[in-house]
Amino acid sequence: MISEELQRIGSTTQDEEDRFEHQILVCKGTACISAHSEQVEDALKAELEHQGLHTQCRVKGVGCPGLCAAATLITVQPEGRLYKEVQPEDAAEIVASIKSKAVQRLSIPTNVPFFQRQRKLVLENSGVVDPEEINDYVARGGYNSLISALTEMSPAEVITEITKSGLRGRGGAGYLTGLKWSTVSKAGGAHKYVICNADEGDPGAFMDRSVMESDPHRIIEGMTIAAFAVGADQGYIYVRAEYPLAVKRLQAAIRQAGKLGVLGNSIAGTTFSFNIEVRLGAGAFVCGEETALMASIEGKRGTPRPRPPYPAEHGLWGYPTLLNNVETFANIPVIIREGSEAFAQIGTEKSKGTKVFALTGCVNNSGLIEVPMGITLREIIYDIGGGIPNDRPFKALQTGGPSGGCIPKEYLDTPIDYESLMQLGSIMGSGGMIVMDDTSCMVDVAKYFMKFSMLESCGKCIPCRVGTTQMHNLLDKISQGRATLDDLALLEELCEMVKRTSLCGLGQSAPNPVLSTLRFFRDEYLMHVVEKVCPAGVCKIHHEEVTHS
Amino acid sequence: MLKTKSKSLPLPSDDRRWQLVNATMRRHGYEADALIEVLHSVQSAFGYLDRDAIQFVARSLRVPLSRAYGVATFYEHFTMKPKGAHTCVVCMGTACYIKGTPAILNGIETSLSIHEGETTADSKVSLLSARCLGACGMAPAAVFDGEMVGKLSTEDAVARVERWTTE
Repeated sequence: MISEELQRIGSTTQDEEDRFEHQILVCKGTACISAHSEQVEDALKAELEHQGLHTQCRVKGVGCPGLCAAATLITVQPEGRLYKEVQPEDAAEIVASIKSKAVQRLSIPTNVPFFQRQRKLVLENSGVVDPEEINDYVARGGYNSLISALTEMSPAEVITEITKSGLRGRGGAGYLTGLKWSTVSKAGGAHKYVICNADEGDPGAFMDRSVMESDPHRIIEGMTIAAFAVGADQGYIYVRAEYPLAVKRLQAAIRQAGKLGVLGNSIAGTTFSFNIEVRLGAGAFVCGEETALMASIEGKRGTPRPRPPYPAEHGLWGYPTLLNNVETFANIPVIIREGSEAFAQIGTEKSKGTKVFALTGCVNNSGLIEVPMGITLREIIYDIGGGIPNDRPFKALQTGGPSGGCIPKEYLDTPIDYESLMQLGSIMGSGGMIVMDDTSCMVDVAKYFMKFSMLESCGKCIPCRVGTTQMHNLLDKISQGRATLDDLALLEELCEMVKRTSLCGLGQSAPNPVLSTLRFFRDEYLMHVVEKVCPAGVCKIHHEEVTHS
Repeated sequence: MLKTKSKSLPLPSDDRRWQLVNATMRRHGYEADALIEVLHSVQSAFGYLDRDAIQFVARSLRVPLSRAYGVATFYEHFTMKPKGAHTCVVCMGTACYIKGTPAILNGIETSLSIHEGETTADSKVSLLSARCLGACGMAPAAVFDGEMVGKLSTEDAVARVERWTTE
């Protein structure tokens, strides 16, 4: 029986770990690897041998503990000592101190809000398990949710659990996950597909990359439970080509899961079979849109098509298809394990559970955080994020990438959920949060995002293809101090038009950064237009041209 | 899905890299759906996609040349131009942007006398920008020959590319 096999693997892995008095966990996420964490790992291993401690302490590569700005991060267990900015040269000192006091100059206190205010469900294993080792995942209860879903629940019961949990899609739009699953399960078809959208294209967002790199088995488990619930037999994970490490770890995880028998034919001795393939994106932001993503998996240009029909009924190669985001799937094993009621107790009335954010920009503790829904923006920026470097004034928080907006300081006490962010003209998005201080110009930020949307527009529908270019030109004109009030009015008119008439989400939401900055920072636009001044000193105003007009 | 058995076309040359490409096509049963996967394998083997390669892939997978060309030019990741011996990719994601990558890119452009998207005349260095590398916690970031470097300064970036040009 597979459940006994899992238990056996779990206890052997645990016994193996218990043979060591100490463990040094080295982060092997993209940020830490770029700060030479692999060399740190080698140096620590060599030093343990050298000091004769290798039988008492081992070194393990793990995923991201979250505080990416302080890379390389290592943790010494069981003491829970966290060290930052570790270099290979520090290995001797760290190893020598294992049995005594922590190395003060590298220590980060863990009793601070950055760690205490977080609530980790999706990231519970990040920075704890070895992402390249399935046994480590199993030792922490991994794949138990899948086995209990397969052997103790019916597909309908799984869907009911997910529906009752109140989980909403973490890709941005916030559609009820249970409802989507239920639609796919009811659709008829010889095949059904499950797709994991890992085409994390928003600039400033790296939640999905981190989950894939730190805990790839969680995504496989979540997708397999989903496939069982909706009756799918094939899955795809569509990953950006820009994430080579995530691709490598997912592929290794799929192989290991197949070998263990928790993926593939007749999973856990039942009649249920499910396979997963990784498909690489090729650098097109529009492929985050579900119909474009499916076109890309089919080997075509990633252009969207009108909906309905929705993918739930007519998806990949015309078959019913369930599409969810990485973080959505990563929540599933927790919901099955803890039960929908426990999950639904976290968060607000309409937005349940937690959300992972990539907190970056002008903030002291930048990195990956997971917080309960309903936490305020102020708590995120000032408590968890530790405020703004050099105590500069906060200006705006950008959420939702090119589809979102900028939230000003008046709204810092807003509890975040899908609805409250929408009311502020922004969106939850996939979870990028970029803090801006007074050195950022809002016109420049709007222009930056419009340039992004203009370059990434697939060109299929005219409002988006031409509209984004026209809006970008107008913003460029404003930023150069060459615009008139008529241009500003034209920009607003275009925003509404593009929003209403574009084919897909890319075009429909492309005006959001402009609309939200116009709403909250209109004065700044007027300064550029009327007084020909950029208050933040970012835009290069062409004064000589002003005299001509 | 019904998989039809297809035979491989004669390889364009005896360059062994074509065997890698062919292996990818074989693994996907020469299905048209595998077009993007196959173009990825051509680009990773040869560094770019040229006319012959696209033609060979289109014929092998039995898709119209127009579709193969359309796909190759639609996606940002695919390039039709050979890259230089070294590549620098500067991240233009939001976090990197507000932390100063425009100045870094400018500095490199001035130092190499090329623009973003171009390769130096001696084919030594290609300069590219990326929408977002997902290393926002380390902003500003750039990739030098596959190595991600975070918390980058303009001086450091320029010094790195200049080291390549004087090799």
